[in-house]
Amino acid sequence: MEKKKGKMNKIKSVDYSKWGYLFILPFFLAFFIFQLIPLVSTVYYSFFEYYRSGLKVIGPTPVGLANYKALFESDFLKYTGNTIILWIAGFLPQIVISLLLAAWFTDLRLKIKGKQFFKVVIYMPNLIMASAFAMLFFALFSANGPVNHALVNMGILKEPFRFLSSVAGARGLVALMNFLMWFGNTTILLMAAVMGINPSLFEAAELDGCTPTQTFFKITLPMIRPILVYVLITSMIGGLQMFDVPQILTNGKGTPDRTVTTIIMYLNNHLYSKNYGMAGAVSVVLFIICAILCLLVYFNLNKDDTINATRKHRGKKGGAK
Amino acid sequence: MEVKTSKVRTVLAYILLLILTFLCLFFFYILIVNSTRSHAQIMKGFSAVPGKAFVVNLKHVIHDANIPVLSGIKNSLIVSAGAAALATYFSAMTAYGLYAYSFKFRKAAFIFIMLILVMPTQVSALGFMRLMDNMGLLNTLWPLILPSVAAPAVFYFMYSYMQSSLPMELVEAARIDGCSEFRTFNRIVLPIMKPAIAVQAIFAFVQAWNNYFIPALIISDNKKKTLPILIAALRSADFLKFDMGKVYMLITIAIVPIIIVYILLSRYIVAGVALGGVKE
Repeated sequence: MEKKKGKMNKIKSVDYSKWGYLFILPFFLAFFIFQLIPLVSTVYYSFFEYYRSGLKVIGPTPVGLANYKALFESDFLKYTGNTIILWIAGFLPQIVISLLLAAWFTDLRLKIKGKQFFKVVIYMPNLIMASAFAMLFFALFSANGPVNHALVNMGILKEPFRFLSSVAGARGLVALMNFLMWFGNTTILLMAAVMGINPSLFEAAELDGCTPTQTFFKITLPMIRPILVYVLITSMIGGLQMFDVPQILTNGKGTPDRTVTTIIMYLNNHLYSKNYGMAGAVSVVLFIICAILCLLVYFNLNKDDTINATRKHRGKKGGAK
Repeated sequence: MEVKTSKVRTVLAYILLLILTFLCLFFFYILIVNSTRSHAQIMKGFSAVPGKAFVVNLKHVIHDANIPVLSGIKNSLIVSAGAAALATYFSAMTAYGLYAYSFKFRKAAFIFIMLILVMPTQVSALGFMRLMDNMGLLNTLWPLILPSVAAPAVFYFMYSYMQSSLPMELVEAARIDGCSEFRTFNRIVLPIMKPAIAVQAIFAFVQAWNNYFIPALIISDNKKKTLPILIAALRSADFLKFDMGKVYMLITIAIVPIIIVYILLSRYIVAGVALGGVKE
């Protein structure tokens, strides 16, 4: 620290920049080794015929785009459709309920008591191990499980309903689990967004005689649009990653008749059977979709340019050009 | 009129909240009840009253050689604690590097991390699995811990927190006192970051604890398996022959510790969720 005699205004000298690089080095090193190299090799494998047939390893032989062609001729599109259906079936109720709860929780005219309690309860499923949760649902909703027992005892059902043998039943359970795991999280995010709106807007609306419905659609919704977009896109990315719940619920089979098989379950099957060429092709398609979504998140978060805001906040002391 | 509609809406709100609360708690209630009932009792039907077989079920799970639950708990704890420690420490360090120093690639580095903020790890799972194989790290816990050094979402939280709570004057004062840069980070910045680190450590811990996809690809050795892989193993076993008391007990072991910690720290966790999504 020979610099210590330096005066305040000399502090942002170039000498410190090497510390900046040093501090961010571990992150980028770890990213490089554990994410970038694997990503590059994933893309690389996608252009090769490389799989196992019994004990024999076939390839790797370069085959150009053959894996991609095979991918789109396989059931990949069906699994993409499944993933989208499962995602929407979970997301729609989630966003509706979350918006409703966020509006109610922040409406001072409704004196809802125990808000903290409800927040704690509805967020809890988000922390539950998805695979254990799916195992629990499998046990609870099996033909002779407690839910069927209860429904039959109460006279709602005449005989046990085989949830996991019906398309609607199996998909419905996956959607219900996704809904339960995520609506609390979304509610809390939306509440924070609503509470960030200038209260005088609501006061003015109330004075002007707006009904709660009008206030919600004309003020609340437009004001929280950035957060809504963020929730939508991150939920889409989450939906694309859907794996644990359907995998455990159906034991990896996507039953009935692979109607619950998601993209990642398909990828997982290729990884297990060591069909690296096809696994690579699935990964690359997934990567391209996610990259587009990542860009959308980036632009959404940077509407007011975070790094510029930082510079303003730190005044003249910080700013790199 | 105005007051009346408010009342109606309040009642509606409570009804919906009660239904949702029921949905959130009911399944876990049955889980805990059934973990205290014997297989025979469970097969007889639904009951809301706990049984007396808790200890018996626990013993059955622990003594089952096919599901090494004790080593599963140990492995899960090692992985989760390691991942949480690395993710929070190095994310704070990265955030500090970008917050406190000006250098040529600062903005580029920031933009890059923001771009990969929500990129799922699944897209490079194939390469990751192959790389770990080549490095001889399959069936070790390292591949589940070390990648946490690069955790973009944790970084973003730390960075936002520094913007609101870490005045650069403090760092400069430390420099004038002759504190080295590294020491400043460890002794002055980290203590200020404690609340952010605590919240993110919990999230990182839970995420690693619950993680199933990547661990299942890396670990096949029974002694190295984490809890989610054991759950999957249980699911693929022949279910008809299974002791249901044991099944519920294993699920309880996997999720109840997290629920207990959550109840104890819920205030901070819920506040942390709100902070994570909104940059205000």
